[in-house]
Amino acid sequence: MTGTILGAPDISRAITRIAHEIVERNDGAGNIVLLGIPTRGLPLARRLADALVAIEPTFDSAARTGALDITMYRDDLHRQPTRAIGTTTMPTAGIDDATVVLVDDVFHTGRTIRAALDAISDLGRPRTVQLAVLVDRGHRELPIRADYVGKNIPTSRSERVDVRFLEVDGEDAVVLRRGENEGAGEGA
Amino acid sequence: MSSTAKPVLIENVSLAGQVKTNLLIVDGEIAEAQGSPIDAPADAIRIDATGLIALPGLVDLHTHLREPGREDAETIESGSRSAARGGFTAIHAMANTTPVADSAGVVEQVWSRGREVGLVDVYPVGAVTVGLGGTQLSEMGAMAMSRARVRVFSDDGKCVSDPVIMRRALEYVKTFGGVIAQHSQDPRLTEGAQMHEGIVSAELGLTGWPAVAEESIIARDVLLTEHVGSRLHVCHVSTAGSVDIIRWAKARGINVTAEVMPHHLLLTDESVRGYDARFKVNPPLRTQADVDAVRAGLADGTIDIIATDHAPHPDEDKDCEWGAAAMGMIGLETALGIVQKAMVDTGLMNWSQVALRMSHLPAVIGGVAEAHGLNLDKGEAANITLVDPSAPWLVDPAKTASRSNNSPFGGIELPGRAVTTFLRGTPTYLDERFEGLFA
Amino acid sequence: MRHLLTTAGLAREDAIRILDTAAQMAATQERETRKLPTLRGKTVVNLFFEDSTRTRISFEAAAKRLSADVINFSAKGSSVSKGESLKDTALTLQAMGADAVVVRHWASGAAERLATSGWVHGSVLNAGDGTHQHPTQALLDAYTIRKHLVESPDGAGLDGLRVAIVGDVLHSRVAGSNGYLLTTLGAKVSVVAPPTLLPVGITARPELEVFYTLDEALDAHEFDAIMMLRVQRERMTGAAFFPSPEEYTRMYGLDAARMARLPEQAIIMHPGPMNRGLEISAEAADAPNSVIVEQVANGVAVRMAALYLLLAGEEAAE
Repeated sequence: MTGTILGAPDISRAITRIAHEIVERNDGAGNIVLLGIPTRGLPLARRLADALVAIEPTFDSAARTGALDITMYRDDLHRQPTRAIGTTTMPTAGIDDATVVLVDDVFHTGRTIRAALDAISDLGRPRTVQLAVLVDRGHRELPIRADYVGKNIPTSRSERVDVRFLEVDGEDAVVLRRGENEGAGEGA
Repeated sequence: MSSTAKPVLIENVSLAGQVKTNLLIVDGEIAEAQGSPIDAPADAIRIDATGLIALPGLVDLHTHLREPGREDAETIESGSRSAARGGFTAIHAMANTTPVADSAGVVEQVWSRGREVGLVDVYPVGAVTVGLGGTQLSEMGAMAMSRARVRVFSDDGKCVSDPVIMRRALEYVKTFGGVIAQHSQDPRLTEGAQMHEGIVSAELGLTGWPAVAEESIIARDVLLTEHVGSRLHVCHVSTAGSVDIIRWAKARGINVTAEVMPHHLLLTDESVRGYDARFKVNPPLRTQADVDAVRAGLADGTIDIIATDHAPHPDEDKDCEWGAAAMGMIGLETALGIVQKAMVDTGLMNWSQVALRMSHLPAVIGGVAEAHGLNLDKGEAANITLVDPSAPWLVDPAKTASRSNNSPFGGIELPGRAVTTFLRGTPTYLDERFEGLFA
Repeated sequence: MRHLLTTAGLAREDAIRILDTAAQMAATQERETRKLPTLRGKTVVNLFFEDSTRTRISFEAAAKRLSADVINFSAKGSSVSKGESLKDTALTLQAMGADAVVVRHWASGAAERLATSGWVHGSVLNAGDGTHQHPTQALLDAYTIRKHLVESPDGAGLDGLRVAIVGDVLHSRVAGSNGYLLTTLGAKVSVVAPPTLLPVGITARPELEVFYTLDEALDAHEFDAIMMLRVQRERMTGAAFFPSPEEYTRMYGLDAARMARLPEQAIIMHPGPMNRGLEISAEAADAPNSVIVEQVANGVAVRMAALYLLLAGEEAAE
């Protein structure tokens, strides 16, 4: 099936559900720190933070949200044109001994998350690391799983999953397309 | 090359690009030279020279043969072979060998080796100063009286910069009708110099060789020459200012002659971008304005002759960073083609003037005019170069008879070249189109 | 970007990308774990034909912080005693598998020769060739100026800023690289030097304003940055470029009086090593607005950025 898989309301509901799952799994949001992986993991992390505040108003979203750029930790740099390095912003609450939830839009091969785990270990020592993704499209190349998934979308290798957020792309949607290049572009 | 006893008939050749002629060579001499067909002996080798031009054998007043001392770069034999391929029947071997040619012994060695090889007449040039050191006159008299009969003296490679030594040298050579050929380069103004001083050198971070370092020496030398009543030859003129000074000197009646190299007729300092050391030469490649001025100077006779400054260097002295590279280019085989490209095909010179400036006048200046540079007339020695002006060829530096490959002209197309060279009737070079003719 | 040889052909966007990347690298250097795995498995060779401990250490630190393997090769030699052949040394290093060669050489054009000759297959980074170029020095200078004088540095150039470069412009590869780079980034560059220390060809660079004394320059403009170049004493009396060190200091030295004439925001720079008391007084060198020590730290970040941009990308196809 190609075309728009999720519309704005679907995305909103998924985010709300994930927020509830995070709170449930961790007995509250007290020790949670969200790290969004650029580009689109960032707006997703912010929305997730807002959703956590709606559930637990004491959740300090400003101090407990950050950005984790993983360009320097990728293992496939030589196969791509040189990428610009994005900014890493550590949440002011710190990550040591925290429950870090990595947030990304699409979960694909798992390589982005592997790089993110390496980056985190250079930045501090969290108690646990969990993973929240909006879309899981399968085709894992590493033994990594997501703790929280917005929607599972089975895909063939040649297809592309594009996530669009209002903040970045002007609309909220998850679109499935036939792709020309396998493996090109962003993907977790 | 095999010598031949058979007569040679050259038919339908254009004499210096002007008159259709037939030439018959017998026993090393031109036996007949006429426009109408010649009744040649039955066993004569016939060359159909339709479309070719006949010039008197070319004479180079400025060649570096490197023997003795640097036989890894060139020998008298390989240099002679290269000269013959370029259409030359006589070359003047510069004195900056190891040991320096500053004595009768060394010049006689070079002269007799040249005779032994027998492809070109090699006329050794004697050094002006002992060891090219610039402080003590060499035994020019002994060299003049030796079997080599040296008449041209030069410290080329270095400048005779001490004004008193230059004065004495100019006076001394009057004894035997010799000439001082000066490499004009003020050493103090060019310490560590790598390329022409100008906009390009500033950008490339290479120490500059200012034009004034050449011009100031020429200015001094022509005045000295006038003062002592002698004769001066200026090597490798490269700047517009130098041409102006020589023009002024000649107008004053000063006995000065000058030469220009083919590379200064074609290349500029822009070629140095990229730091390919094959473009490193002394004097250096200058600006387009200088190229235009030397072309004009050659066309109007201010510059008398073309010489090659054939300067072989082994690969390791060129395949390196610019600052470590040697200066110089080979040029015996590309000279004629470049002159055609830069001067004849642009309308600045005709072939008759090529004969004048690449054969006759060099022979006069070098004092060998009884044997070389002669008109192709009946009774004269058969030193003849046949040129095909419509034979475009791509220069391949590796395909040269010279031992060295340091030509900057690789990949450039030249319009024509020598296809046969006769030294006193013997073919010293034959293009492949004539293969088998002299078997 | 395959090689970094010169700033003369470096486009503005590429230069800004290097500066932005350097900013990211600098940020990582604030952390406890300063090392990144990005260039793991790559080999960087420092090929130094000229003594330079500082620059070599800077490149070594940069490479190691990106987890690259570093091989150091020091060769002796000068234009007088040729020493080891660049070609043979390069071929040997290529046989050892160099992904990048950082080369410093006494001959102008050596880096370009190395890059175009085919002797090495990897990237070539010019760490200073003769009196020609020193691109990473200019980049760290630009980075330092941007950091101090541009409000939002990310993605920005140096538009509208005024920079003075003072000293032996003729022999300085730092001046060579800065002249092109700072202008490309939008700064207005003035060079201050006695006529003997200016290249004849400088008249062909209308973008560079020339002053023959430092006082004239300070009268004419409010400089945002003033860069003092190292003067070599041997050039004074030995090669007659200048009568004496004392006269040089009187006319071109940055002393307390001249420093007081600089605007409030101005920064004082020097590529090092300094001749304290000759081209720069101790007060100027140690003044609060002197960024000379910071330039060194910025050098590591800029060189990390350069190595990253040269090595981390696509398997370079010719």
